Amino acid sequence: MASDKHKVIAALILSIGFVCYTGYIYSALPNQKGTLSVEADEGKSLWQKHNCTACHQVYGLGGYLGPDLTNVFSEKGEGNIRAFLKIGNPTMPAYDLSEGETRSLLAYLKHIDETGIADPRSFTIKMNGTIKQE
Amino acid sequence: MELSNKNRTPAGKKFVLFGLFLLAFGMLFGIIGGLQYVIQGFFKPYLSFDQIRPLHVSSVVFWIILAAVGSVLTFIQEHTGRRLYSASLAQIQFYVFAISISAILFSYVLGIFGGREYWEFHPWFAVPIAFGWILFLINFFKSIGSLKRQPVYIWMWMTGAIFFLLTYTESYLWLIPYFRNNIVSDMTVQWKSYGSIVGAWNMLIYGCSIFLMTKISGNNKMSQSKIAFALYFTGLFNLMFNWGHHVYTLPTHDYIKHIAYAVSMTELAILGRIIWQWRSTVSEARKHFHIGAFRLLTAADLWVFLTLILAIAMSIPAINLYTHGTHITVAHTMGATIGINTFLLLALATDILGSKRTVQQQEPRRDHWGLVIANGALLVFWLSLITAGVLKASWQMDVARIPFSSMMLQLRPIFIVFLFSGIALMVGLWMIFYPFFRRPKRITQAPVV
Repeated sequence: MASDKHKVIAALILSIGFVCYTGYIYSALPNQKGTLSVEADEGKSLWQKHNCTACHQVYGLGGYLGPDLTNVFSEKGEGNIRAFLKIGNPTMPAYDLSEGETRSLLAYLKHIDETGIADPRSFTIKMNGTIKQE
Repeated sequence: MELSNKNRTPAGKKFVLFGLFLLAFGMLFGIIGGLQYVIQGFFKPYLSFDQIRPLHVSSVVFWIILAAVGSVLTFIQEHTGRRLYSASLAQIQFYVFAISISAILFSYVLGIFGGREYWEFHPWFAVPIAFGWILFLINFFKSIGSLKRQPVYIWMWMTGAIFFLLTYTESYLWLIPYFRNNIVSDMTVQWKSYGSIVGAWNMLIYGCSIFLMTKISGNNKMSQSKIAFALYFTGLFNLMFNWGHHVYTLPTHDYIKHIAYAVSMTELAILGRIIWQWRSTVSEARKHFHIGAFRLLTAADLWVFLTLILAIAMSIPAINLYTHGTHITVAHTMGATIGINTFLLLALATDILGSKRTVQQQEPRRDHWGLVIANGALLVFWLSLITAGVLKASWQMDVARIPFSSMMLQLRPIFIVFLFSGIALMVGLWMIFYPFFRRPKRITQAPVV
């Protein structure tokens, strides 16, 4: 049976490590590609309001029914996105967005697009099992 | 363990029963979602997929949380030999949760969302859930009293209860502009909290499972053993640091990914070892009395190993690159939440709700076939998701990709298998927990060994 003293020491070491790790991440957030503009932030609110994540992914995280939209802005273009939002398809509802709302959503998708590339083909696998994107 | 089943405050039962209702409804929503994968536009005018998915996910997530809380509130009384610090506090917590969760599900039907993965409800609903959890924390700490010489399950419950509130709060940091203003920062913190929150509820569930094993085997030494505490500290280590495997392909800091890779997922392996050791020590007569719980724990044991293999593979970045964003991730989630969490929670429910008569005496054939159907269906369900994931991974890596919609069309036969196995899984689980809703008839005694 392990002693209470050893258990408390182990729990303390882990807890201190967790607090330091969390603090370090919070103080140095990965923010290399700029912050959201007011318009893009409104787009983010719309994205959440319509629960887009139920069907779509960003960087492979989210739903599975629709495609990953991380780089849809640069790959498909504004016109294509506008058409899908307006008309929908058999699985996706047509969204009755105003021109301002559509522009906000486009600004948000543009912001996501500028942060990086989600395509797994753009990664190389290293000998130690890690992956690297050039 | 001095307090008998009949003398304990029944507050925990309400949580488990309401959780079972949520599981039943959650599975129904899951079937409708599955139909929407196979038949385009199915039920869309009434409930589209953006509504069905949160109805399904929130129902089953709250099943896990409520059943875990209810089990802790019940077992803590058996452990201390005293009633809860405050039955009223537990009642208030129950009604806060029940009303909030019902309102959350109704808000989805009305098309009101918060739009975040897992917690898809409006952020206002987060407040009563957090309030209810604080009541749970007060009741828990006041009930256990001293932490001296406590068995491992008390440490696990304590950790799960504290970390759930911490990481749940962390998952709402996106409301602060500092965290919200960059998508990569936001997603890093979001998945940091989600990875840990799953670890927190696993602490509650695994703690209850160890309590139940101790109770069935009558061997208190196991829950004080070094191997049990090794499991606990490995689980705590994973809870704190292994979440980075969710964000291997996100352009976030490399050190987060390297730490996650280095922290191996040994938590499940140690649990599996404990279950295995425990089973060999149980006498035949006592095993027979608790047969319903025993079978469910054994089923979870099988899924621990299957899920462990997948989890280890997915924690290697080179493999994760292929599996990420595919249905293999869903297979892992289903193996963990149904195969491990739900089977363990049903074992706990068997003890908590079936305390006045054993499940074996209720409906032995139905229980047996329910478990066989649920496990068989879950295996087909799990394999169909892995197959769909492998095909999607192959599509993702293809130099000349066909359009997404064409790829999804090619996966349709697999989605049909997934749908029918999902229906069978629902039927099997229903057969297992349907007797819990029937009125007990008489009290039985454990055979003298």
